[in-house]
Amino acid sequence: MQLSRDELRTAYKRMCLIRHFEDAVHEEFSAGNIPGFVHLYAGEESSAVGVCAHLDDRDAIASTHRGHGHCIAKGCDPKGMMLEIFGKKDGLCGGKGGSMHIADLSKGMMGANGIVGGGPPLICGAALTAKYRKTGGVAIAFVGDGASNQGTTFESYNLAKVWDLPVIFVVEDNRYAESTASAWSVGGSQVGRANGFGMPGEEVDGHDFFAVWESARQAVERAREGGGPSLLHVKLYRYYGHFEGDASTYKAPGEVEQVKTQFDALDMFKQRVTETSLLGPDELEDIEREAREIITDCVASAASADAPANSDLLTDVYVDYKF
Amino acid sequence: MPTKSFRDALNEGLRQEMERDDRVIIMGEDIAGGMGAPGEDDAWGGPLGVTKGLMPQFGRERVLDTPISESAFIGCAAGAAVTGLRPVAELMFVDFMGVCFDQIFNQAAKFRYMFGGKATTPLVIRTMYGAGFRAASQHSQCLYPLFTHIPGLKVVLPSNPYEAKGLLIQAIRDDDPVMFFEHKVLYDDEADVPDEIYTIPFGEANVTREGDDATVIAFGRMVNLANEAADKLGAAGITVTVVDPRTTSPLDKETILETASETGRVVVVDEAHPRCNLATDISALICENCFDDMKAPIKQITGPHAPVPFSPSLEDLYIPKVEAIEAAVRELVGKGH
Repeated sequence: MQLSRDELRTAYKRMCLIRHFEDAVHEEFSAGNIPGFVHLYAGEESSAVGVCAHLDDRDAIASTHRGHGHCIAKGCDPKGMMLEIFGKKDGLCGGKGGSMHIADLSKGMMGANGIVGGGPPLICGAALTAKYRKTGGVAIAFVGDGASNQGTTFESYNLAKVWDLPVIFVVEDNRYAESTASAWSVGGSQVGRANGFGMPGEEVDGHDFFAVWESARQAVERAREGGGPSLLHVKLYRYYGHFEGDASTYKAPGEVEQVKTQFDALDMFKQRVTETSLLGPDELEDIEREAREIITDCVASAASADAPANSDLLTDVYVDYKF
Repeated sequence: MPTKSFRDALNEGLRQEMERDDRVIIMGEDIAGGMGAPGEDDAWGGPLGVTKGLMPQFGRERVLDTPISESAFIGCAAGAAVTGLRPVAELMFVDFMGVCFDQIFNQAAKFRYMFGGKATTPLVIRTMYGAGFRAASQHSQCLYPLFTHIPGLKVVLPSNPYEAKGLLIQAIRDDDPVMFFEHKVLYDDEADVPDEIYTIPFGEANVTREGDDATVIAFGRMVNLANEAADKLGAAGITVTVVDPRTTSPLDKETILETASETGRVVVVDEAHPRCNLATDISALICENCFDDMKAPIKQITGPHAPVPFSPSLEDLYIPKVEAIEAAVRELVGKGH
């Protein structure tokens, strides 16, 4: 399968948006402008964008605590996201969710999730709705290597299989669950686990957008056609710490720089499309500049936006509740 | 009016809502039963037969037997609710919440708030609770206080077949996540239940007896014990108001405070363990709001601070008794003249 020029431009723009978004959040957090804690996705862009490139409004994704990339890839408004992360009234969730709970159900983005392994059962529900209503929709559970060891994830593998649900489990293995190496914490292999539940599984180089895109294409197509659930083990790397402020002393010295130099998702994308003359260097530079400007504008808007009203504390607990 | 059991009233409520609205689906362990097995289909119709006959009428698409994976299917029901269906999931025993609580209190209960009011989660979780079946410590608890504590959840405790049908239909039509507690001892109880569809609103207590001498506020199955105590006391010339709040979240504080103030003597009956339960909650509510109207200290009748025992003689000791309610009322009536 070949990506069209438009598809490539869109993919690159989304990857750039994610990278600049995360770098900007890193800066703003360091400057003390963002409350709470944030978990950044920089370095992992190929996974979210490569998978979500195959999705449309019928399709749902469930994300993780490291959810900004998935949100942008699924079409959430970066400005609404940035306002949310700053805790502002006009944020995507009215400032009540924050980084770990960004959601936009109108885009099929069912939420980042503060609970590791919280998403897979929920995404089985989205898949059940799609199957019951015969929309042709599919549902994607992004899980980290940490969540890949949660019982909720295994139960969801089984439920998706026995109910034959259109689910794809995308295990984003960025080498570390918080500070603990996946090389140590994961018994067996992700693909072996999928196979154990009777699902196809595939290991993918998550630095390579084109590899993710192709594997996801097959998995999404299979699910849409009623072929049931499957799993992708996407091997990638996170540039920042588990959370902002994490000194990442568990990483080997020079490790981050080495990955950035040799396997950066954006660099690998640029190299591939320019070598094959699919997109030109000037075009790529324009896209990147545009993405940077959008994010700069998002930060400026977020910094100057209003906080929620005090009266917002008690709204949205229930649709209808007689106190 | 036809007489129906608590079980049949629930079955009828589910059936009528499924006929009315094709977004209503039900799921749970053995909810039809016999899935993939060589024998009968609809073999169980739920562990205690509440959903019997629904699978033959609505098919496996809408009556979904699940693996024994409470986290997965309760979470799945929440995910289906937030994407447009109206699932009624059955968590066989509320004691099993230990394996799936996250999906209830961190996910379903919080979607609407965390997502800034943009999520609607019309989920019902039906679950069995309570002692009396010789089912021991892991199949006999109440636990509704834990759910009442969580903002975002509604909690319903029907006390008889009429209440069960009306409150269940209301729960299915409600747009928030609802925990629907069915006391396992009540399933064979019978009462007049209309054939027609009807709803009972949440947050509106039912005053089942009216009297002047004391107010008994009771929850779920305990309402029936309170009614029986009130009738016995009535024969002895002591008249008692009995309040069935029906839902612990939302809670009809108004009726509770009004009836407490009217008699000035209150007994709260709650089968749950005594710490941080509904009895302590109601007692605090009354003390804070109408202390000056009280003629005597509030009495709390609850299960003890111990797991539910297996041995019949011990379990019988565990469960609050009609006689204890009677004695508490008599004690209060002797005070504060």
